[in-house]
Amino acid sequence: MKKRIATVSLAGCFGCHMSLLDIDERLLDLLELVEFDRSPLNDLKRFTGPCDIGLVEGGCCNEENVHTLHEFRANCDILVAVGQCAVMGGLPVMRNAIMHAEDPLRECLETAYLDSDYVLNPTNSIPNDPALPLLLDKVYTLADVVKVDYQIPGCPPSGETLWHTLDALIAGRQDRLPYELIKYD
Amino acid sequence: MAETFTFSLDGGKISAHPGQSIMEAADAAGVYIPRLCDTEGLKPQGSCRVCVVKMNGRTVAACTQPAKADSVVESETPEILGYRRDLVRMLFHEGNHLCPICEASGRCELQAMAYRLGITQSTKYPYLQPVRPVDASHPDIVLDTNRCILCGRCIRASRDIDGKNVFEYVGRGIHKKVGVNGDNLADTNVSIDDRAIHLDICPVGCIIQKGRGFFTPIGKRQFDLAPIGGEEKGHEE
Ligand code: SF4
Ligand code: SF4
Ligand code: SF4
Repeated sequence: MKKRIATVSLAGCFGCHMSLLDIDERLLDLLELVEFDRSPLNDLKRFTGPCDIGLVEGGCCNEENVHTLHEFRANCDILVAVGQCAVMGGLPVMRNAIMHAEDPLRECLETAYLDSDYVLNPTNSIPNDPALPLLLDKVYTLADVVKVDYQIPGCPPSGETLWHTLDALIAGRQDRLPYELIKYD
Repeated sequence: MAETFTFSLDGGKISAHPGQSIMEAADAAGVYIPRLCDTEGLKPQGSCRVCVVKMNGRTVAACTQPAKADSVVESETPEILGYRRDLVRMLFHEGNHLCPICEASGRCELQAMAYRLGITQSTKYPYLQPVRPVDASHPDIVLDTNRCILCGRCIRASRDIDGKNVFEYVGRGIHKKVGVNGDNLADTNVSIDDRAIHLDICPVGCIIQKGRGFFTPIGKRQFDLAPIGGEEKGHEE
């Protein structure tokens, strides 16, 4: 039976998803072995049922991310943190440590939307539409929020690294990354 | 020629002479023991503990422990590799290590050590995410101690080779960090030509030479090509 895989990008840049496309023609091999459930790759927005493997890119920067992550944990037997953002917060986590700021989140938003010389914002306000997910006080890693079974480092992990890991996970094989595939950048 | 004696390291015979540390004797024999705070040309200080080995069953730092005749030293055992992984992991959790945006990535000894030790899986430790100021006051040099592993290599190089004392430890325990001898770097007599500023002194990305940026392309950087310490060993996690 084909394994069911779900994927999502939380506080990530989609680079990790793009990297999956770098496995090139092996995508066809992958489709022989797996069926995609909820994923931006097929635009399915909800789980249709339980999955074997959940691949999560990005950490949690807003309440919707946390909600989605809990859904993934509940629906996936194996949850994999994919890329530095999911593993340790990645670039978004920089906002947790803005130098000397009393209130790093506010300072970050003010710089992004009000104060920067490169901003044109006629309303001079920070976006506050009720439809926007509420930002968290800081950026959290996946492991801060749920139990993570495996993590794949890299920004993004190369297609080769993703293939190596998926191939082992799908076959249920214990494996480790060879030296040249372990990268934190 | 001074008298020599031998000891065993992971079953191999290493010869040493009195006064040599385990590390020096192993280096001379071409056997690599992982290390971060120790580097060629500086006095060993035994603070990072990554060179931990067992000598006759007792854990010691190979860089400061004098070799002993007929002793049995273990280095690449599962237990010791476990200690090394934990030590290296704690360094990643204690500072802010955003490798994707770090100029040292690919030539960083901390990162390379983690790769050598095969660290890919998550840990029980929390990320401390310290907030330390970045000192970009000097025209040629930036000091970003958010990545500092307190190895003291800059301190020893400045003091013992440059004769300047530009860097020093300040604070104690978890608050210990590296400070400079002045309000900021521009206020000191540091120079880009100092040994302490040379790229091989800071093992991580704290001491940055301005205007260089990411000067080696990905794929061609030092540890893209070969693991730190040469041929990999002890990779199983
Ligand atoms: S790890 Fe890198 S590539 Fe992946 S989502 Fe984060 S920033 Fe993008
Ligand atoms: S100092 Fe080394 S481990 Fe830290 S962010 Fe830079 S490359 Fe990564
Ligand atoms: S600044 Fe660099 S060389 Fe100095 S103690 Fe920190 S890590 Fe070591």
